[in-house]
Amino acid sequence: MNTKKENVALKWIANISFAIISLIVLFPIIGLLVSSFRPSSDLMRDGISFTIDFSNMNVDNYMYIFNEASQYWSWYGNSLMISGMTIVLSLFFSSMVGYALAMYDFKGRNLFFVLVLLILMIPFEILMLPLYQMMVSAQIVDTYFAVVLPLIVAPVAVFFFRQYAMGLPKELMDAARIDGSTEYGIFFKIMLPLMGPSLAAMAILQGLASWNNFLWPLLVLRSNDMFTLPIGLATLLTPYGNNYDILIAGSVLTIIPIIILFIFFQRYFVAGLTSGGVKG
Amino acid sequence: MSSDLQSSNASSELQKKPFKEPNKLLKFLNSKKVVPYIFVFPFIISFLVLTLYPAVHGIIMSFQKILPGQVEFIGLENYSRVANANFYKALSNTSIYVILTVLILTIVPMLLAVLLDSKYLKFKTFFRASLFIPALTSTIVGGMIFRLMFSETDSSVANQIVSLLGMESVDWRYNAWSAMFLMVILGSWRWIGVNLLYFLAQLQSISAELYEAADIDGANGFQKLRFITIPHLKPIIIFVSTITIINGFRMFEESFVFWETSSPGNVGLTVVGYIYQQGIGQNDMGFGSAIGVVLMLIIFVISIIYLILTGTFKRGDE
Repeated sequence: MNTKKENVALKWIANISFAIISLIVLFPIIGLLVSSFRPSSDLMRDGISFTIDFSNMNVDNYMYIFNEASQYWSWYGNSLMISGMTIVLSLFFSSMVGYALAMYDFKGRNLFFVLVLLILMIPFEILMLPLYQMMVSAQIVDTYFAVVLPLIVAPVAVFFFRQYAMGLPKELMDAARIDGSTEYGIFFKIMLPLMGPSLAAMAILQGLASWNNFLWPLLVLRSNDMFTLPIGLATLLTPYGNNYDILIAGSVLTIIPIIILFIFFQRYFVAGLTSGGVKG
Repeated sequence: MSSDLQSSNASSELQKKPFKEPNKLLKFLNSKKVVPYIFVFPFIISFLVLTLYPAVHGIIMSFQKILPGQVEFIGLENYSRVANANFYKALSNTSIYVILTVLILTIVPMLLAVLLDSKYLKFKTFFRASLFIPALTSTIVGGMIFRLMFSETDSSVANQIVSLLGMESVDWRYNAWSAMFLMVILGSWRWIGVNLLYFLAQLQSISAELYEAADIDGANGFQKLRFITIPHLKPIIIFVSTITIINGFRMFEESFVFWETSSPGNVGLTVVGYIYQQGIGQNDMGFGSAIGVVLMLIIFVISIIYLILTGTFKRGDE
């Protein structure tokens, strides 16, 4: 009897303390949401604050961003374009490579796989200056292409697709060969559809990485109307604090789509992010 | 192949060849020996052009003085310049950041995962999701929120809490200790949910029988954590802390979002920030590359030492 009472108490303590932890972790997001309805002059004076004058709240920040801030929407468009290109290209090429590494026996296969792991371990920051110089001499600085290029064959994705394809039935390939299908037909018509869940996981992971990517776009994008959202918003972070209307409402508009995606596709987010922990 | 193609160009054979040639080519392209190389081809190109070439070129650049239209080898001069006060400041900031984030981002998510996995908790999905949501924000957006929460004014959230505790308001972005605090708390906030997922995934693999056996032996909760849970989590503890070390040395945005490229007294200068400042800002690509090579060596050495100390290589031999 006594232990049962103890368990009930423990349950309460555990749930309440976790609720508090969740609240603390979510507080910055909630603070951002609430503050986005405050006048930007208040924000400049207070920052994000516990003391809020609710009677002052309005949707002016959003009205401003929808009606006047055309610049913000060109950043939004650039981010959408770049993330879209990254998702399509990196999924196409990385799935091809990962599939080949898993399904075919060929000379150099292990070497290629070791190289994939090696690239995974080299921090991008080490390569960025020579890569940047390469983009300058190729005269493609300030284009979508320059931003997307280093992400097209993503080692994380190759690794993930290889692991996933290892679990696919090889007998299907033989059956298709007997039916007269080409190797490319087998990949695109039979195996790629079977890799659907892994494609979804990587689409989300690559999309998120590209949507939030900062340092590389900061290097290769130069003109304001080519900026992506993170770069554009960062330019508004001036010491004078005169841009809070776009900054705060703009930030909300960049996170909300991602959170909605997350709520619908939680499963794939988790699969994509824990893929690095899968042992080869 | 090439001789076949050439002969097909010969006009006398033009009428006959076009029907046979594509078949031969298709057959060649479809043979199981060739197909994998075609599939892997994008990776080969990308490795050569986007990894190997920049890596080699970066090392070469680190021995050069690079001016527009004029490149000159200057031996080790860039490397001797790396040994300066600013670099040491950047390195010490980065190292402190690495140590703090490794501690926080390993211990806290591990404990939260154990709690989240316990039978006492309801609403598990909700709690897990809410801890994960910060990982969805970009560092820039997250950093802007933290700038506003830790703004210098008395009415910001942080200073309101500080004054509740009976202390003076803090100029968060202008003291060495609070600058480090800001970067660490921003980094930790964004990564806790991700590391939590790694630990949760590993916890699922511990069999319930082990705990039942421990119950029969009369073990208490702490003993079960100490002798069952933590040993089973060891591989993931090593994985998470290694990733955190490497990410910590790569840190840049957490500093950029608070101070852009220059902070008062370099309180927020990091090694990658220093590469950016010198290589791009000052357009001194040779010097920037030298810092990059030094950073690479540091990451490499520390990772190896760490993996040896934690016995990762030994496990492979067993």
